[in-house]
Amino acid sequence: MSKLFLDFEKPIEDIYVQIEKVQKLGETQRVDVSEQVALLEAQIETTTQKIYADLNGWQRVQLSRHPERPYTLFYINELCKGDFLELYGDRCHGDDKAMVGGFGNLDGQTVMFIGQQKGTTAKTRQYRNFGMPNPEGYRKALRLMKLAEKFNKPIVTFIDTPGAFPGIEAEERGQAEAIARNLFEMLRLKVPIICVIIGEGASGGALGIGIGDRLLMMENTWFSVISPESCSSILWRSWDFKETAAEQLQLTAEHMKKYGIVDAIIPEPLGGANRNPTLAAEIVKKYLLEHLQQVQKEKPQARLQKRIEHYASIGHFKTSS
Amino acid sequence: MSWFKRITSGINTQTSQKKEVPDGLWFKCKKCRFTGTQKELSDKLFVCPSCGTHYSLSAQQYFELLFDEEKFEELFNNIEPEDFLQFSDLRSYKTRIAEATEKTGLKDAVRVGKGTLEKQAVVIVAMDFGFIGGSMGSVVGEKIALAIDYCIKHKLPLIIISKSGGARMMESAFSLMQMAKTAAKLTQLAEAQLPYISLLTDPTTGGVTASYAMLGDVNLAEPNALIAFAGPRVVKETIKKDLPPGFQRSEFLLEKGFLDRVVPRQKLKAELGQILSFFAH
Ligand SMILES: [Zn+2]
Repeated sequence: MSKLFLDFEKPIEDIYVQIEKVQKLGETQRVDVSEQVALLEAQIETTTQKIYADLNGWQRVQLSRHPERPYTLFYINELCKGDFLELYGDRCHGDDKAMVGGFGNLDGQTVMFIGQQKGTTAKTRQYRNFGMPNPEGYRKALRLMKLAEKFNKPIVTFIDTPGAFPGIEAEERGQAEAIARNLFEMLRLKVPIICVIIGEGASGGALGIGIGDRLLMMENTWFSVISPESCSSILWRSWDFKETAAEQLQLTAEHMKKYGIVDAIIPEPLGGANRNPTLAAEIVKKYLLEHLQQVQKEKPQARLQKRIEHYASIGHFKTSS
Repeated sequence: MSWFKRITSGINTQTSQKKEVPDGLWFKCKKCRFTGTQKELSDKLFVCPSCGTHYSLSAQQYFELLFDEEKFEELFNNIEPEDFLQFSDLRSYKTRIAEATEKTGLKDAVRVGKGTLEKQAVVIVAMDFGFIGGSMGSVVGEKIALAIDYCIKHKLPLIIISKSGGARMMESAFSLMQMAKTAAKLTQLAEAQLPYISLLTDPTTGGVTASYAMLGDVNLAEPNALIAFAGPRVVKETIKKDLPPGFQRSEFLLEKGFLDRVVPRQKLKAELGQILSFFAH
């Protein structure tokens, strides 16, 4: 059981502390405390349910960044039961460790998996550049998508990034062009594309692998034009309004579903994907298979038409006469 | 040319330009401190006669500069912003829209014009930085989408003149999705085999650069324009080092291979005409 608690999980943490105390008491006093422990454990369940029934935007953002949250390669390996082969490089500049991809076997069907990858330790977080791809990451993703298209394999992308990397070399090598190119090309790829937001869905860096026939969003993730922190610093001219910014940006899966930007919300195990990554992957798989089946039924031309029309229709404005 | 008269008389002058081009008979270049007359500056299309600094132009000024005899028909001027999310920071988005409209006399950060350029029919989409930093919201996306539909229907080439701070945060995910929307429409233009020339002007950053601005069949830029995905301040904060001189400027992007040409304003119309003519023949 995870023992890492977020600030709003304090009531749950308190019960755990209580359980430990009771257990210690039972040991030292040599009394049976199993009944009290069972009661407290039931309390954990109900408290967690209560807290998780009503999370705000900022709390979802916190969960999406939970250090124990599963990342792209975990999902791919669970989905393919290990039958996955990673392919590297953009054939141009290098291999971006913040973007991974390769062929995998999803229930007997070959799928091209692509996604941003974060690290799980201090060292690997650095190695993965905190999930912030450089242009070669987006170009590698596109190379792999074209490979999938050539052999008529569907594409699944996992989105989890705080944004495309804003560094000198990234700008030199055309971060903007790389993202723009991916948008344009993904709109035209003849094979089915399913995109899943599994963590952070920040801005152009997320969208750069986020165009497809379906956009699915896990329950405790967010999707926005800017992170709440950056939004707070620009519009409120202070870092202190991230919670308010998160509310104003309306960035949760529920909002995105309501506004027709995502097609479905993938539920997570109680307490978030980090509490039970294997179960989270099982649920993701169920949704993936269902949506993949739906879009595979459509004729390629019709599917493409629908994809383009969907994106072309997004926006809210007034038309005066 | 008659258009500079209107500009100097202040009718079409935006606040940002007023700072750069002071009212009255004289102007002083903010870069080289050259002092000359207003007429001298406008005769040079708002390029400093001494150091070549390109001062910012509005959509109206680009239309009058590029369309033959300054004649054009404005299209889709009936599209206006809507505060769909009822966004509010220190001020409400509604207030920001009202203020921007009041200040600029515009409905949003982009205008669409149809006319001829060196006798070739063309649709020009031009952005106005004065309207909430030229930010891209639903109106920008929709007007580009309608412009592209119009190009396809009438078999016309498209020129987009970008000038933008990026996405419009007050429209949140809808603003982000305009990147996808404009790219989607550009795939249709490409499918129709109609040319798209992108002109990047100072500044073009963020989601605009990372969508339609970088997707031209030909990418042009005005000299020394800031062109970036992440703005220089963000890059500097990330790497905690000073940025190299000329970083993220037009000439830098040309050198790195992301622009076809850097075009001084004096030659802009002629070059655009030449490019359109290459596509047409
Ligand atoms: Zn000068």
